[in-house]
Amino acid sequence: MSETPKKEDVEYWRWQEYHRVFSEKKWKNKDIITAGVDVGSVGSKAAVMIDGEVYSWGVMRTGSNSPDSAKKALSWAMEGTGLRVEDLKYIVGTGYGRVNVPMANKAITEIACHAKGANYIWGPSVRTVLDVGGQDIKAIHCDETGRVTSFLMNDKCAAGTGRGMEVFADLLKIPIEKIGEVSLKVEEEPPPVSCTCVAFAKTEAMGLLRKGWSKEKVLAAYTHAMAIRMGNLIKRVGLEKEFVITGGQSKNIGIVSRIETQLGVKCLPMPDWRENGLDPMIAGAIGAALFGKALYEKEQKS
Amino acid sequence: MITHYGYSDGSGEYYIVIDAAKCDGCGECVKVCPQSALELVSMFIDLDDKTVAAVTEQQRKNIKYACSPCKPETGKAPCVTACKQKAIWCVWNPR
Repeated sequence: MSETPKKEDVEYWRWQEYHRVFSEKKWKNKDIITAGVDVGSVGSKAAVMIDGEVYSWGVMRTGSNSPDSAKKALSWAMEGTGLRVEDLKYIVGTGYGRVNVPMANKAITEIACHAKGANYIWGPSVRTVLDVGGQDIKAIHCDETGRVTSFLMNDKCAAGTGRGMEVFADLLKIPIEKIGEVSLKVEEEPPPVSCTCVAFAKTEAMGLLRKGWSKEKVLAAYTHAMAIRMGNLIKRVGLEKEFVITGGQSKNIGIVSRIETQLGVKCLPMPDWRENGLDPMIAGAIGAALFGKALYEKEQKS
Repeated sequence: MITHYGYSDGSGEYYIVIDAAKCDGCGECVKVCPQSALELVSMFIDLDDKTVAAVTEQQRKNIKYACSPCKPETGKAPCVTACKQKAIWCVWNPR
C-alpha cells in the first residue's frame, strides 16, 4: 500500500467514477438511440446504446437525491458525444431508485434488466446471474433470450454486499479497488467470520485484529463468509451453467474466486470491458437500454 | 417468472414463492394476509406489464417476522390456501 497517500483523511472506500465513449461509432438522428439509467443504492450507472449497441456509459456514486443522481449519470454518459436528452428515443429507469428517474419513459425492475444485460454481455448461454450490488444480492435464473425464469432476493440487509466491502476498506485502510487482491494474499484460507452483518462483522474483525491476525487474513475471513452466503442463494434459485456475476462486486476478484470455489463452477470470463464496453457493473443499465429499444420499436408498430 | 421472497439463517430457510405465470392478479392472497405483507404490482414480463401478487417493498426484508405466525408448521398459510391458481407457496426447511 506504499502508493497510497499517508494522509489521515484518505477515504479508502471511495471508488473511482468513470465514463467511456466509443467514438468510433457515430450516431445519426435516424438511429434508435436509447438509454438505460440504473440508480443503485451505491452507484448510478447510465448506458447509451445506438441500435442496440453500446455507445457510451458513465458510472458515478449515488448521492442523497436519486433524481439528481440519475440526471448526472446520464449526462455524464453523454458527455462529449454531442447527444442531448431529446435525441434519446426511449429512456428506461431501473435499480433501487428507478421510480426516481425523472426523464425515463418507463421504469423496469433491475432483475429483468440484469438478466437482459448479462445475456447481451456474455451471450445466450448464460443461465445463472448473480447480481452483487451495493446493498443487496440477487440470484437470477434466465433462459436463452435473457428472460427471467426465477429469481431470489437476499434477506434483510447489506450483509455481504458492496457497501459491506466499503466499510471493510475503511476499517482496514485498504483502497477499495485493491480489496479483492489483498484478500487473496493469505497462505491458507481462514475460517469465515461467523456473521456477515456489516455492523457485527466489523466488531468481530476488530477482535481478530487485536488477536494479531493480519489485515489480509481478516479480509479473507470476511470475503469467505460473504461467498458462502452468496453460494447458498444461488443454490436455492438453481445453479445452472453458464454462470456470471454482475454488479460492482463482479470486479472483486476475492469474491469471484471464492464463489467459484463454493459452487465448484467457474464464472464465464470477465469481458474485455475497457475495450468493448461490456462492463458487468453496467449490465443493468445495458439491459434497460435494450428494453428501451424493444419498447420503442413496439410503440412504432402499434 | 418465479420469485422467491425470504431468508436463510441459523434457523433454516424460509421463502414465499410466487409464480407470475400462474398468478392471475385476482388479489385474494392480498385480502387474506393477516400481516398485509402482499400487494398487487405491475410486473414487466415479455415487454408487457402484468398485474401480479408480490411481497410489499417494506416487508421484503422483514419476512422473518412478518410471516412467522403463518409458517407452514402451523397449517397452510392463508395466502396459499386462498390462491385458486396455485401460484403462491411456501418453502420452509428448518436446519
